[in-house]
Amino acid sequence: MQAFLNEYGMLLLGGVGETLFMTLAPTLCAYLLGLPMGVLLTVTKAGGIAEAPRFNAVFGWLVNILRSLPFMILMIFIIPFTRLIAGTSIGATAACVPLTVAAAPFVARMVEQSLEEIDRGTVEAARCMGATNWQIVTRVLLVESVPSLLRGLSISTITILGYTAITGAVGAGGLGNIAFRFGYQRYQKDLMYVTILLLILLVCLIQGVFNRIARHADKRSR
Amino acid sequence: MIEIEHLSKVFQDKNGRVMALEDVSATIRDGDIFGVIGMSGAGKSTLLRCLCLLEKPTAGRILLDGKDLSALRGSELRAARRRMGVVFQGYNLLMQKTVAENVAFPLKLDKYDKAAVAARVAELLELVGLADKAASYPSQLSGGQKQRVALARALASDPEVLLCDEPTSALDPLTTRSVLELLQDINRKLGVTIVIITHELDVVRRICNRMVVIDESRFVEQGDTAAIFADPQSRIARLLLGKKED
Repeated sequence: MQAFLNEYGMLLLGGVGETLFMTLAPTLCAYLLGLPMGVLLTVTKAGGIAEAPRFNAVFGWLVNILRSLPFMILMIFIIPFTRLIAGTSIGATAACVPLTVAAAPFVARMVEQSLEEIDRGTVEAARCMGATNWQIVTRVLLVESVPSLLRGLSISTITILGYTAITGAVGAGGLGNIAFRFGYQRYQKDLMYVTILLLILLVCLIQGVFNRIARHADKRSR
Repeated sequence: MIEIEHLSKVFQDKNGRVMALEDVSATIRDGDIFGVIGMSGAGKSTLLRCLCLLEKPTAGRILLDGKDLSALRGSELRAARRRMGVVFQGYNLLMQKTVAENVAFPLKLDKYDKAAVAARVAELLELVGLADKAASYPSQLSGGQKQRVALARALASDPEVLLCDEPTSALDPLTTRSVLELLQDINRKLGVTIVIITHELDVVRRICNRMVVIDESRFVEQGDTAAIFADPQSRIARLLLGKKED
């Protein structure tokens, strides 16, 4: 045990760090893109506050296309774009680009779903009080859905964590990369088990933290 | 004064055209507590939704102090909405905001002064008897209390008219009485015109000075509450009253 830690401790610690970076940075970027996308999907749909069914159909279609590309393919497909943004297509920072592109439409759908949960009547009440569409979005939709958005955030983060393992397999670092290089290519099962254990711990930690925050944030359950 | 002139509303759905309101006219005078009574599906809610400008009339006009509301757009429309407060059957409060924040919501839509808003909120909560609940969340309140918050919120922007959609239908008889007394109080103290949509005869009898009976999308009878209760003319009014007397 001591020998194992001495030999691989730093490697694993670095892997955890890289994985966290490749998870959290793209999650943040994906929400910067996906949150407005999700709002747009919600408000433009038939019966929404800024109905535009044709735009909604085209935009929804675009989101679906992005979502239907397998991540592995998307990652390779957008390498020129990744180079343009990150200057390189190799390493943890570069991996953030395809991770963000893959996660943004996913996040958009998660956000859309959260906003859908809000009672129509609440929105109508705000409208009756003379609120503008912008005020309805920022003061009703995005406020009333906070607990649901937070739960969505935990699902998105964990999904992106899963994606990082795939980027790891093609050389972007992180725990996925360690599992692939040592576990798959060098048959070092012990190291692979440890990385799996670490990934499980990470998922549990993320889920646990977000659940706590969401529960605390929800004023309906007091 | 609200004048409803030859108002019609047709909904288009998959099964074809649905006539929700058919050529209805009425005048609601300043200071009235005006009851709109009818069975489910008679068109009451559509009338309210037209009055609070959530639905556009298919034909006819609604005039608020002589101004045609259906012609308004954009900021004029929003300004007109602020002259009317609406209380919904389902309260429609913000569940993630405190009672005080809910009441402050309409006040914060425009540029506002923090201290003035706080003072106004305190005054309104005092009026509806919920001064001690300012920091509570709606989920911690009873139905009657939620309705009082909704009422305070509707009154926040000092409306001339208060539109109430089935304000007591989800409440028990005692709570109903206290909410009705509060409405009467508001009418007298603040001089707010009140329109109450309801299917409960008792609500109309208790507080409305004038009323209209709505049946199958039409106004079948209207006038002073006392006169209609004494001598109902329409089939539906006799039916409603008759059932009560059995």
